[in-house]
Amino acid sequence: MVEAPDGIEGQGFFATSLDTVIGMARANSLWPLPFATSCCGIEFMATMGSNYDLARFGAERMSFSPRQADLLMVMGTIAKKMGPILKQVYEQMAEPKWVIAVGACASSGGIFDTYSVLQGIDKIIPVDVYVPGCPPRPEQIIDGVMRIQDLARSESLRRRSSEEYKQLLASYNIE
Amino acid sequence: MALNNEFLLEKLQAQFGAAILGSEQVSDYLNVEIDAAKNAEILRFLRSDAELNFMYLTDLCGVHMPDQTNRELGVVYHLHNLEENYRFRLKAWLPILDPSIETASDIWAGANWMERETFDFYGVIFKNHPNLKRILNVDHMEFFPLRKEFPLEDTTREDKDDRFFGR
Repeated sequence: MVEAPDGIEGQGFFATSLDTVIGMARANSLWPLPFATSCCGIEFMATMGSNYDLARFGAERMSFSPRQADLLMVMGTIAKKMGPILKQVYEQMAEPKWVIAVGACASSGGIFDTYSVLQGIDKIIPVDVYVPGCPPRPEQIIDGVMRIQDLARSESLRRRSSEEYKQLLASYNIE
Repeated sequence: MALNNEFLLEKLQAQFGAAILGSEQVSDYLNVEIDAAKNAEILRFLRSDAELNFMYLTDLCGVHMPDQTNRELGVVYHLHNLEENYRFRLKAWLPILDPSIETASDIWAGANWMERETFDFYGVIFKNHPNLKRILNVDHMEFFPLRKEFPLEDTTREDKDDRFFGR
């Protein structure tokens, strides 16, 4: 059970701000899109399994279509040739959307410091949470998802139309 | 008839003479160096001759040896006769300033992608290739990454400070 947000409670009514209610709903029903390209993806499969069970966080519904996804989870090495595809997937997601870079490769290129590998997905799309590790344990991935939940819970409803957010997307050449 | 190194080498030398530049045996494996200008002729003979009948091109790849003046880039063909289970290696060397050689994609269809790969990584131009463009790397790449003069490391990486690597 999710705790109710702070508000004014009386007999037969409860008053709080719309932001917190929507934030609570979003945070506890994230639909992740697993973009799994290598071993971090295997750790993610363990994260989804019954031992670690990401479903406890309301994120058991994988969305393999970017159009219904809230959370893009990039897990694994992204080759430069894969870059435009990842960017297209990101662009196809509807707002609000969050991105989590799982593992060293997605965060910085990892050990693959070479001409063919993208040196971190933040070269092409904005990232909200980085999960370190090579590969990270399922606990770390869960912690990353919980940090995303914190962001979703506390995000202002107007953030996505703010000037800063538009500038951020413009800096990545995303419309 | 059992195909073997001596028989093959004699047959090639009798057929092509001066175009067979040299040969060596590494363990029991025959390596033959050929004149790059004659490669298509020799390969077609190896494929079509009834006694040789190399029906399978196992691999085709490139080599870069920057110290060999005027023969820096190599093209290596690994041929296999599946019936006799006999394999050997053919090498042709090219100057890096004009690295062009005739295609083998009309002899073995499998050469098509392997020649594209060799072009992609070493910049070897295969003449008369039906579709010579990059196959593994991004299309807009401006260099041939396995040539020795280019760094292996990605130049856009920012978190590697030379001070921490003793450079």
